[in-house]
Amino acid sequence: MDLEKLKERVLTLVPEAELEENKQFLTFFIPAGKLHTMALKLKEDEDTAFDYLFCQSGTDMGKYLMVVYHLESTKQGHTIVLKVKTEDRQNPVFDTVCDIWRTAEFHEREIFDLLGIRFNNHPDLRRIFLDENWVGYPLRKDYSDEVNIVEL
Amino acid sequence: MKEVIHTPVPSVEEEEYHINMGPQHPSTHGVLRLVVSLQGEIVKNVKPHCGYIHRGMEKMCEKDTYPQIIHLTDRMDYLSAHINNHAVCLLVENALQIEVPERVKYIRTIMDELCRIQSHQLWWASFGMDLGGLTCFFYGLRDREKILDIWEESTGARFLQSYYTPGGLMWDIHPDFQKHTKEFLKYFRKKIRDYEKILSGNVIFRERSRNIGLMTKEEAISYGVTGPSGRGSGFSCDVRKRHPYALYDKVEFKEILYQEGDTLARYMVRMDEMYESMHIIDQLIDNIPQGDFTAKMKAVIKLPAGEYYQRVESARGDLGVYCISDGNKTPYRMKFRTPSFSNLSVLDHISRDLKIADLVAIGGSLDLVIPDIDR
Amino acid sequence: MASNNIYDTFVASLTQWIHNGLYHLMPPFWALIVELTIIGLVFLIFYALVGLFLVYAERKVCAFMQNRIGPNRVGPYGIFQTIADFIKLLMKELVVIKNSDKLLFTLAPFIVIIASFMAIAAIPFAKGLHAIDFDIGILYVIAVSSLGVVGVLLAGWSSNNKYSLIGAMRSGAQIISYELSVGMSLLTIIILAGTMQFSEIVQGQEYGWFIFKGHIPAFIAFIVFLIASTAETNRGPFDLAEAESELTAGFHTEYSGIKFAFFFLAEYMNMFIVASIGATVFLGGWMPFHVWGWTGFNQVMDYIPPSIWYIGKTGFIIWLMMWFKWTFPRLRIDQLLNLEWKYLLPINLFNILLMAFIVLMGWHF
Repeated sequence: MDLEKLKERVLTLVPEAELEENKQFLTFFIPAGKLHTMALKLKEDEDTAFDYLFCQSGTDMGKYLMVVYHLESTKQGHTIVLKVKTEDRQNPVFDTVCDIWRTAEFHEREIFDLLGIRFNNHPDLRRIFLDENWVGYPLRKDYSDEVNIVEL
Repeated sequence: MKEVIHTPVPSVEEEEYHINMGPQHPSTHGVLRLVVSLQGEIVKNVKPHCGYIHRGMEKMCEKDTYPQIIHLTDRMDYLSAHINNHAVCLLVENALQIEVPERVKYIRTIMDELCRIQSHQLWWASFGMDLGGLTCFFYGLRDREKILDIWEESTGARFLQSYYTPGGLMWDIHPDFQKHTKEFLKYFRKKIRDYEKILSGNVIFRERSRNIGLMTKEEAISYGVTGPSGRGSGFSCDVRKRHPYALYDKVEFKEILYQEGDTLARYMVRMDEMYESMHIIDQLIDNIPQGDFTAKMKAVIKLPAGEYYQRVESARGDLGVYCISDGNKTPYRMKFRTPSFSNLSVLDHISRDLKIADLVAIGGSLDLVIPDIDR
Repeated sequence: MASNNIYDTFVASLTQWIHNGLYHLMPPFWALIVELTIIGLVFLIFYALVGLFLVYAERKVCAFMQNRIGPNRVGPYGIFQTIADFIKLLMKELVVIKNSDKLLFTLAPFIVIIASFMAIAAIPFAKGLHAIDFDIGILYVIAVSSLGVVGVLLAGWSSNNKYSLIGAMRSGAQIISYELSVGMSLLTIIILAGTMQFSEIVQGQEYGWFIFKGHIPAFIAFIVFLIASTAETNRGPFDLAEAESELTAGFHTEYSGIKFAFFFLAEYMNMFIVASIGATVFLGGWMPFHVWGWTGFNQVMDYIPPSIWYIGKTGFIIWLMMWFKWTFPRLRIDQLLNLEWKYLLPINLFNILLMAFIVLMGWHF
């Protein structure tokens, strides 16, 4: 499916999505509350059929925390990027998508571990790389650790 | 630091007990800890505990320049070191829209395929050893030494070479590179038949791997299992075919797919891939054009602000590098989507209701490299 | 029996000389005691030396198959390597576990050694060169080597360690299952030979080893014997219980030092015993290779001492067993037991019938 048609189809399915211009892939910002329903629609619709989540990453953009989903369709061959953001740094929460794409289970654990973003309805949300009793979320920009990080 | 594990333990029936495999264990290929719940001999649940070799690479990348990041990526999946480097180099080159010379593309493709062969040789060696055929280990490593010698000659190191750099290569290849590579190909084509005789054709091996660890194509897509493990279930995910880079759209090679989805299928995919890699090298080795070994790059590399994503096919699967740049010489955020991380997530699902001996076989067939999981 | 004259008389005269000398020197009761002690000592030394040699041989054979050299530093060609290893094992601390059953824990390795020791006594190394010659020789050897299982199970149980227990249970199940196949394949040859006495069996192979005399069923029995005996000694592709890189070292996890050395030694000696039983029963023991009617050829064959024949045949079977171990991957425990109960046992039963039929009809050489 070519890009223009894809853009229209996505906007039809998920009208609240905001397009970001001039990106490598077709990129949409989605309101955090609608994430799960929209993701499910994008997977199940036959024209879009995004069944392969090939990257889920979290970032601390300074003002807000963002989770980026890179999706691909194995049948149609097109790629799309979804982003959700929250300005709440104390208690950032999103819906999980691991019932839609099982690979999200481990990715969301990693995002929780390193950035502190929680996911609703995740079957087993705990730290994956760091110790259970580690304090803080290292990938955040305001993380400081005099013992383990050497600042040059 | 004392480790306190609060694992949500499923309701423990009378005959269930937990055993611990690792972090130091001969068959987990690295520091991975698996807490296995058993009922007698049957595996009920496998919980992997990662993080024993977590070095915080993504955090380090935020303070390193792009040429320095190349050295970090080597250590991520050390068996596909070249391919990891290639990912970051391609990211930088595509972002800055630099065209690398043809010579560089040829050499990079040949080195990548040698890397793939070498990774599969080590995989075969350790897989055979895990299943009890200890001789396989020696045969696999003996042949791998030939590739390491070729690399040592051209790049200066047997392992973790950091040979690629944004714009091209660190230095040119050795004049004997083509001759030695061709000798290696001739030698290995004979030896790989030994591998097939020892393991592939062996009835004990077949009984231990047929119908073990079944993974359907939908499960592979959903869990994000790529590379030979995913192709063993019929998931056509070869990045070299779907999103070609370097010279992969100009050489002729097949994407190996098997439909059964068991351990034997994953094994056969890797064996056939070794043949395909040799075929690719055959097509390129005699035609390396003369030219520069690097394009002209500025001394300080700054990517324009924006987001970039680059995918390559490492020996384990789909390696992705996602970079958010704000215009400085260090990235704002660098995320590595490593194949072994997703491949590990399916281990619990496919080893339900099998025996411990099968768990070892499945872990070996998924070909996990633990630094790739932990970064 | 015009064969083996020099060597027979040498052995016979040596033993006779010792016997006469002792009875001359002291009252009969003490002479008997001294004689028995000498025999025991000879066997002990033989046992230890063969064990040492086998460990060295395994390392060298395995190395050559894996394209490397093996031990070559300690002594010329590394021949003192095993001695160095045993000295190291002797000097290790004997770890005593807190909650284990101490008596059984200490007793287990001894039982395993005793079982294999008793089996060695019945095997003829040359004409007249064996400790005991029951007329139920084969039955005795099978019975006595079964005692080893007790040692294995005791070791696993008394270690107070759940992994040792699992390993011991697996090992026990494996040994008991495969004893059946070993016994039945030997039964096939007993039918052919008509006797269970070892010396009679060897004598009966004067004009052709049983593997040739009994052609098809004897050959099948030999193959089954090889497989079953490899499984019974926990070797080769059937070593899931101990070389388990998946869990632990099986039933001898908790043993260290000299006790571990006993298990280790007993495993190699068990291999030697089954190889020598196989060599004696199927390949003729110390009997040289004779062909009916070729007297000149037979006389040439006789010049090679019977002990050399015996060692050669046993060595050949041991080498086969080592070859298996270093080539094949391991079987899983359920595949292992499947192999015995669903494949080897029916084949054995059929084979016995076949051999009985052939013997009745006289269709053997």
